[in-house]
Amino acid sequence: MNLSRQPLLEVFAVDLILGKRLLLEKVNLKIGPGEILTVIGPNGAGKTTLIRVALGLQKPTTGTVKRQPGLSIGYMPQRLHLDPTLPLTVKRFMALACQNDLVKISALLSEVGAAHVIDSAVQTLSGGELQRVLLARALVREPELLVLDEPVQGVDVHGQVELYQLISRIRNQRGCAVLMVSHDLHLVMAATDQVLCLNRHICCSGSPESVTNDPAFVELFGSAAVQSMAVYVHDKNHHHDHCESCGRSSSND
Amino acid sequence: MIDDFLLRALLGGLGVALIAGPFGSFVVWRRLAYFGDTLSHSALLGVALGFLLHTNLTVGIIVICQLLAILLFYSQRQRELASDTMLGIFAHGALSLGLVTLAFMRDVRIDLVAYLFGDILAISNSDLGWIFIGGGAALVCLLWIWKPLLAITIHEDLARVEGIPVDRINWMFLGLIALIVAVMMKVVGMLLVTALLIIPAATARRFAGNPEVMAVIASIIGCLAVCLGLYGSFQWDTPTGPTIVVAACIIFTLGFLLPRGLFLKGQ
Repeated sequence: MNLSRQPLLEVFAVDLILGKRLLLEKVNLKIGPGEILTVIGPNGAGKTTLIRVALGLQKPTTGTVKRQPGLSIGYMPQRLHLDPTLPLTVKRFMALACQNDLVKISALLSEVGAAHVIDSAVQTLSGGELQRVLLARALVREPELLVLDEPVQGVDVHGQVELYQLISRIRNQRGCAVLMVSHDLHLVMAATDQVLCLNRHICCSGSPESVTNDPAFVELFGSAAVQSMAVYVHDKNHHHDHCESCGRSSSND
Repeated sequence: MIDDFLLRALLGGLGVALIAGPFGSFVVWRRLAYFGDTLSHSALLGVALGFLLHTNLTVGIIVICQLLAILLFYSQRQRELASDTMLGIFAHGALSLGLVTLAFMRDVRIDLVAYLFGDILAISNSDLGWIFIGGGAALVCLLWIWKPLLAITIHEDLARVEGIPVDRINWMFLGLIALIVAVMMKVVGMLLVTALLIIPAATARRFAGNPEVMAVIASIIGCLAVCLGLYGSFQWDTPTGPTIVVAACIIFTLGFLLPRGLFLKGQ
């Protein structure tokens, strides 16, 4: 590891209980400078909740969250519920975070490939355009850590590949760390350094190659999904002996 | 030319319409119409409180509205009942409690219709003071928190991550809404306060390309409705508050005949 020792953000032994529901159990997460860490898991696994805990938006029941002092974070929320009655152009949406600095706004929108929508109303954007604008907003404060909650949501498959490539490119150019959440498996695998597989607790974590070989991972996602992923991670020795158990678990959906 | 009481009515109405534009825009953007309604329904309780404590009735109304705003804020954190159900319970509970409390106070006689639908023609100089000083102060505060409030309206978590003191701004905004609801009540009455907040703002939406323009247009439309409503009420001897709201509704309807984005600067 050539990364500096000090993690930017560390979540340690976090439990979260809301009402009577256990949402997170003994979750650890550590992200260093320049690293891309992807949290994957099925719906309802607590991915967004974990992000909210990491950002300090949700207090954990037990456990600690440590952020490097003065860490600048860019956050891209999962959805933007904007009331249709609010007249808001992309330019104005960006300006809320950077004081009407038009040069900066244009540069950021160009960086994410959304320069053409600068005068459009936010509500009229397509799924992909909106995600790009949200990404640009997250970049406004020159973040050392980008936190992206389902960054490819509402985008078609072709656009998803492009968006993941964009995120990799931004990381490479800016050197910022990226913590992102995803529930689709294969596209994300090509664009991440570390994977954390969450289902309320951490099932497994590590590099994409090691995680896809982990029985807990196969158990969680089913063999069909894992097999289709092999294309992306070039896995040589697939463990077919897990298929029986995952056939059962996936039929529960 | 203009009788004194008519001038006061016009000034009071215009003052309230000016305040209602920006606040009403936020009420529409944040879907708080029912919240405002609930606050205004508690006004009679405030009147009773005013009589009980021998204070200015407007002070009584403001105090009750503020208390209810706090209560509503905390009640929305529970998850057992949907928020519109909670608001409905508070609105009708407060209205009925106010009526019952006043009925117990045998020596108090109030003009119920004036509280329900407003009595703009009876506006006093002290009412004007409340509208222009109290309402004006509320408007200045709103302008002061405008940008962070807008950021919170767009996405609360995003605003929080960007370092905006979300809770403090939200509290201030709810307090200001409670204040202006109490102040506006004199003109259109407790049952119609929300109408004057949301109808001009909803009308302005079609013609605005950014939030500030929408707020300003809403104020102008509100003023227009007040003028037309006062005139109509004088002309046909109809109740003034409801006539103002009818005028606002007519403008809202006519708004659909005008081209969209009429006041948009060629974007």
